[in-house]
Amino acid sequence: MADTKTVKVTFGIKGKERTDEIQIPVTDPQPWDLNTKTKIVGTRVPRIDGVAKVTGRAKYTYDMNLPGMLYGKVLRSTVPAGVVKRIDTSKAEALPGVKVVLKFEDMPNYPKDQKVIYAGQEIAAVAAINRYVAEDAIKLIEVEYEKMPFVVSEERAMDPKAPLVHDAPVQERRSEGDVPQRGGNSVQTKGNVVGPRVNNRGDVEKGFAEADVIFEGTYRTQVQTHSPLETHGLVCKWDAPDKLTAWASTQGTFSVKNELQQYFKLPANNVRVITEYMGGGFGAKFGAGVHGIVCAKLAKMSNSPVKLMLDRREQHLAVGNRPSSVQKLKIGAKKDGTLTAMQLIAYGTGGIAGGAGCAGPMQTIYKCPNLHTEESDVFTNAGPAAAFRAPGHPQGSFALDSALDEVAEKLGMDPLEFRRKNIDNPVRLEEYRIGAERIAWERRNAKAGKATGVKRRGIGMASSVWRNFAGPPSTVIVEVHNDGKVDVMNGAQDIGTGMRTVIAQIAAEELGLQLNDIRVHYGDTQWPIGPGSGGSTTTTALGPAVRTAAYAAKLKMFDVAAPILKAKADELEASDGKIFVKSEPTRSLTWAKVAQRMEGDKISVTGDRAPNYFDGRAFGQDQAKKFANQTQQQNAGAQFIEVEVDTETGQVHVLKVVAVHDLGHVMNRLTTESQINGGVIQGVAYALLENRILDKNTGIMVNPNLEQYKIPGSKDMPEIEAIIVENSSVTNNISSMGIGEPATVPTAAAISNAIYNAIGVHINELPITPDKVLAALNPEKKEAR
Amino acid sequence: MNEKEKDNEQQNGGISRRSLLKGMGGGVLATGILPLVHAEGLLRGPSGATVDAKVISPDAAPITLTINGRDRRVMAEPRSLLVDVLRGPELDLTGTKLVCDRGACGGCTVLVNDTPVLSCMTLALDAQGKKIETIEGLAHGDQLHPIQAEFVHFDALQCGYCTSGMIMSCKALLDHNPNPSLHDIKQATSGNLCRCGTYPNVFKAVQAAAKQTHHATAKTQQKA
Repeated sequence: MADTKTVKVTFGIKGKERTDEIQIPVTDPQPWDLNTKTKIVGTRVPRIDGVAKVTGRAKYTYDMNLPGMLYGKVLRSTVPAGVVKRIDTSKAEALPGVKVVLKFEDMPNYPKDQKVIYAGQEIAAVAAINRYVAEDAIKLIEVEYEKMPFVVSEERAMDPKAPLVHDAPVQERRSEGDVPQRGGNSVQTKGNVVGPRVNNRGDVEKGFAEADVIFEGTYRTQVQTHSPLETHGLVCKWDAPDKLTAWASTQGTFSVKNELQQYFKLPANNVRVITEYMGGGFGAKFGAGVHGIVCAKLAKMSNSPVKLMLDRREQHLAVGNRPSSVQKLKIGAKKDGTLTAMQLIAYGTGGIAGGAGCAGPMQTIYKCPNLHTEESDVFTNAGPAAAFRAPGHPQGSFALDSALDEVAEKLGMDPLEFRRKNIDNPVRLEEYRIGAERIAWERRNAKAGKATGVKRRGIGMASSVWRNFAGPPSTVIVEVHNDGKVDVMNGAQDIGTGMRTVIAQIAAEELGLQLNDIRVHYGDTQWPIGPGSGGSTTTTALGPAVRTAAYAAKLKMFDVAAPILKAKADELEASDGKIFVKSEPTRSLTWAKVAQRMEGDKISVTGDRAPNYFDGRAFGQDQAKKFANQTQQQNAGAQFIEVEVDTETGQVHVLKVVAVHDLGHVMNRLTTESQINGGVIQGVAYALLENRILDKNTGIMVNPNLEQYKIPGSKDMPEIEAIIVENSSVTNNISSMGIGEPATVPTAAAISNAIYNAIGVHINELPITPDKVLAALNPEKKEAR
Repeated sequence: MNEKEKDNEQQNGGISRRSLLKGMGGGVLATGILPLVHAEGLLRGPSGATVDAKVISPDAAPITLTINGRDRRVMAEPRSLLVDVLRGPELDLTGTKLVCDRGACGGCTVLVNDTPVLSCMTLALDAQGKKIETIEGLAHGDQLHPIQAEFVHFDALQCGYCTSGMIMSCKALLDHNPNPSLHDIKQATSGNLCRCGTYPNVFKAVQAAAKQTHHATAKTQQKA
């Protein structure tokens, strides 16, 4: 156990707060909690790199133009399963402007049996003087396949007679975006099926026996692709035969570094990864990837820098997606609304990869003594899944919260009242209260489908959930220069959430300075380690280390100021650009003045992310228990949504979304609201628009673009009201939790329930497209088809 | 060719009847490639070999584009897309993004003769003699255009990758319609996809910028 000190902190939400003593490391300052008044943190701060982004000056990986740079391009399999019998690159090699060709057998993922197992798999690559020549060269490579039987639907793949996608045990890929303890295993398959992973609580059969009503239903969700606007890609430049610099569009600079370092067996400090700006990731951009290693190989072979950015089609096919799900639910409840048992039998496909679990929401949101969940992954001949904003949760939420509305209907209870009955988390109950008030819950149709007319409105809601996965390691350097300016350094990346700005805010707050006194150096592995942006952890993993480092720098500045102010260092405070005696604030010096008096040209300190305060190994089991008794150590959250359904066209318009969320202590209210908006908007599109469509006869994706794969546009926008419930979690010195993921979890379920409230029919399959709405409204016609 | 003839030629899109005939004299038509490019001086083809610039070929040749009020001479192949020429090593105007590769997302939006166009669907050669505005041309030094300033203020950007195209569409809107309704703004940005979900703040930013520019326009009119 590290050296600790005792501090008094206030947990919880206003009106339900509780004060207690906890142990924290001596290197940590007094944690921010419910009673803390901050000046910069928690306010609405426009991002410090906003000007760079609106002027086009921000340089993304795709924007790199290096002298002598070549353009890389990957050739991909056009068949979903087969053996490459012959591959002839001679015409490509002969094309003027082509510098190097990477043959099938030199590809990093070369299968010795020459088998390809999905349409989109990498089989060769070129580097040429520009994009056009590279594309021409790819077209000149001749490939002859021996086609093999394939399977792209989950149901067919589960048939014991189905063609096998993998013919050996599979090593699961694992990234920082995955839920901890998931992925990374060597898994044994039964046919194309992995699992089921079974979880039990209580006795589910006993629970169903005690139930007054039982509901059973089956729900299906589609495959969704991440579709970040900047595609995956890198620019690789070898500075020496064993020294590599890579600019990467990534949400994990250090995971890219590690992968490149391991593959090329380079000295640890000889790989540098730079991500100053990146155009979205949503879980798909961890590690170098096959294309990343290909890029570095092409650069090595050609002895030139190489840029390799995927095109939009490749983005859809090969670098990640949210797996599908088929979920059979059974839920039992007593007449008074108490849940007695819940059961989920689920399977889904992440193509050639796993990750199709979706039991998280059922296991964590509602109190239920008896629970049984089974989750299976089904392999199909399709591109591999990757972590995607709240892995498994939008799927699980859609099925669970849709089914709960059906149970409420059977019980004759208001769906919100029914949920309240099965919740004891005060944060969530407060969120329900606020959400119901803001949407005016009483306006909903008392009986679903009672609305009349062509356009019918309805209101629904659903609950979110996310856990706090953040922790060490993160290390931050803070340097105070003798002109008073401050540099803050860390190697992690800003995926677009505004982390760079949050770093500046935390440092400025702790040092009592203004934002423009702080320069943030970020997105470069030459600086100390930081988190990958996954699991909604960036702020919570890194922010506390920023504060710890700034605190250490402040103490050093106090040491400089103390003799001048004729006071002891521990009697000093820093605020508003001044260092002063706490008991006598007029005895003060400006920050800049103190900086001038330091020995040498700068004070340089580092701060490490302390273990989470609930970590029993670091702070003792008593403290762990103290935290475990709190129900606020997870994100709750709820969304209340009003829709209008056009019963003639089947179109659903989402009119209003009230999104009520908690994320511990808010760092930047402006960018937090933006993230909530973003989560809601992706949820709207998941509910109504997006769908990766594979042709069952050819195994080819038919919509690998942005005109037929529908991500949301300006006209799909509802009015969004983002409401934040301040919840003091005190798991770290800034009391933060994440928001990126919880904001997208409940949207589809709430829309589905709102549609039910409008038209009186549940649609159990995403996306809820007009054809499904019309079929639901006219069941006779559906049968006639 | 005298200077005046050269000027005329550039204004007319780079190909004059005279130079076309000159090129035909070079015998390149025998290759069956449409005569699209000609130029003075020596050029480098993709093979790296120098070619006689007076011949007509599919290789890169210099063209002049009027970008953000400046004439910029740049190498382009007949097939070069405006987006690639803007973003290429010579001009390095990488604010304009390539996102969907095929005119579906608006990430590459620039203004050509005051109209928003998709630079991934526009040949660089077709942009000769026209007024091209990119995101880099909006601010005057440190003075942001009101739309840019309001985008920052309202956080109408997250990862920032759609931002350039989004702003160019919004600029075209306000240039033509200084007082747009929310519906007008949604219509004007309906060709610009954003994956992070910035639309609600884009609407707010454009409304705020409209108030400023509308106000400014009204003032100018009063003075006049």
